[in-house]
Amino acid sequence: MKNILKMSFRNLLRSGRRTILTASLITIGVMFVLIYAALSGSFKSYMISQVTDSMLGHIQIHKKGYIASVDNLPLDKNLNEKQIDKIKEFLDNSKLIESYTFRLKLSAMFSNYVASTGIRLNGIDPKNETTTLPLFASRVDAKDKTILKEGNILVPELIAKGMKVKKGDTIVLVATNQKGSVNGLNFKVSGSIEPISGPGGRDGYIHINDVKKLLRLKKVEVSEVVIRLKNVKNLEKMMIYLKPLTQMKNKKGKPVFEIHTWKKLTPFYNIVKMLDIMDISIKIILISIVLISVLNVMIMSVYERIKEIGTIAAMGTTPSTITKLFLTEGLMLGVFGTILGSILSYVFVFIINSVGITFSFGRQSDLTLNPILQINEVLIVGVIVIIISLVASISPARKAAKLNPVDALRQN
Amino acid sequence: MITNEHVNKVYKMGEIDLKVIKDLNLSIEHGEFVAIVGPSGSGKSTVLNLIGCLDKPTDGKITIEGIDVTLLNRTDLANFRGQNIGFIFQSFNLIPVLSVYENIEYPLIMIQNLPKEERHKRIMKLLEDVDMLDQKDKFPDQLSGGQRQRVAIARALVTNPKIVFADEPTANLDTDTSNQIITLMRNIQKEFNTTFIFATHDEKIVTAVDRIITLVDGVVTDDKRIVS
Repeated sequence: MKNILKMSFRNLLRSGRRTILTASLITIGVMFVLIYAALSGSFKSYMISQVTDSMLGHIQIHKKGYIASVDNLPLDKNLNEKQIDKIKEFLDNSKLIESYTFRLKLSAMFSNYVASTGIRLNGIDPKNETTTLPLFASRVDAKDKTILKEGNILVPELIAKGMKVKKGDTIVLVATNQKGSVNGLNFKVSGSIEPISGPGGRDGYIHINDVKKLLRLKKVEVSEVVIRLKNVKNLEKMMIYLKPLTQMKNKKGKPVFEIHTWKKLTPFYNIVKMLDIMDISIKIILISIVLISVLNVMIMSVYERIKEIGTIAAMGTTPSTITKLFLTEGLMLGVFGTILGSILSYVFVFIINSVGITFSFGRQSDLTLNPILQINEVLIVGVIVIIISLVASISPARKAAKLNPVDALRQN
Repeated sequence: MITNEHVNKVYKMGEIDLKVIKDLNLSIEHGEFVAIVGPSGSGKSTVLNLIGCLDKPTDGKITIEGIDVTLLNRTDLANFRGQNIGFIFQSFNLIPVLSVYENIEYPLIMIQNLPKEERHKRIMKLLEDVDMLDQKDKFPDQLSGGQRQRVAIARALVTNPKIVFADEPTANLDTDTSNQIITLMRNIQKEFNTTFIFATHDEKIVTAVDRIITLVDGVVTDDKRIVS
């Protein structure tokens, strides 16, 4: 094998320029794929963490039918005390969970005494909310980001600007409860809250106890349970663990709960899927580049060396050894291209990280990309390139091995 | 020993069957220094290809060292050539990316897979025999025609073949160099009892051989042994 490698290497050097050109093409292709994967991976993980760590959590549990009518924030689809206890029992016994929090959501009218507008209100327990959503506090434009006191409201930035309310102002929230009774309460604006990509631009936050007062609730009610996992990779494992909850039926024989991962709850997941499809498309382009360039070089290599192939065949080189010689040449092109492409990709990613690239997405700006080249991505691309280089060399190698020595020796 | 029994070779040229070798019956003993002569297109090279195991006859039987080579498949034929046969070509056919030493080493590594020490011993001896020891690190394009043919001879002999086939080995060489090459092959034939079979037009070879087989239109018209 050492000798086959040596021969193949020398044969590649024989057409140095062509070899460099082909290896460069493969190198550029590998770099393109790896840098794109690093950038899109950085963008994806950044956006996913923004969505999951500041609003959605990893998993949410609702009463069955809540998500279908989530735009109306229906009060008749809240979880009752018994159902909450059942959920708690499950969550407290799982080692996969970092923390969880309850929310009580409703639609209300927001008034600054001059004008009024609709608002989506999230009744939260501030302590649990900030533990379950570590980036929640970073969205709050207030000095004390961790505590939302009772009687205070965090106003969505959109409404704060539109209604010209600022910190310290008093506003009125008016809501209708399930029985049709209307109630209004004064709240002090403790700060505004930045929107994130996707829905939630009109989401304001008040203390969960204030929601109970506003809706005049006598019993405990919760609209959703937001769960944060210790490791997001355990998402599917957790869903399997929670499956008995989804199978639980009420007296009418209908399911009581519905459980969704963040993927189901945000349109951003479609962007993630699109990025993944683009990732595959770029890999297909890379495969085409490698396939065409290696095939081209190897075919030319065989045609240029027909007489030489005839000579080594006449001397007694078996067809399988001739096949190996040409396969190794193609393989080497792929390996050189991959190694060089991977090294240069690491250098580029390092430069990108040093320079710092910022981008805007939706209403967010100055988001910094921190691309990371994953070793498994490098390995996958490497394996693809090497396999394709081998596949592209098969046909020329077989042609070389099948050459009749007599015919080959007649060539000039 | 090589024997040919009723060997025919037909090439298909479109719808026409071109009979190049007609009922060839030939036997060549160990250590013979034989020239196959004849006009162009008489079938000299075809005979060389057939008994050199590069091509298969349309019918008939070719036996080399007791083995019916017409029954061997491509891989077995390649192995048989690698172990028993050496080739010297008109245009030398050295591998341009390999040095003189490596060209000679090639069949020992890629075909016979000999250990390094054994390879080195054989190559150095042959380089000395063909007077190319001081050129061993050069590449083919740095050598003259005569030097290249010496390397080609060394390469053909390095596997200790029983038979060496040489197709017009002096056609690209000047008179002096041709004479030197013929003398070199003659000496090797005597030293190792190697069978040399030439396909040639060259009078210098014809006058040097022990046996001249004349071929006209694919038929042996004369088979003459020369007593020196």
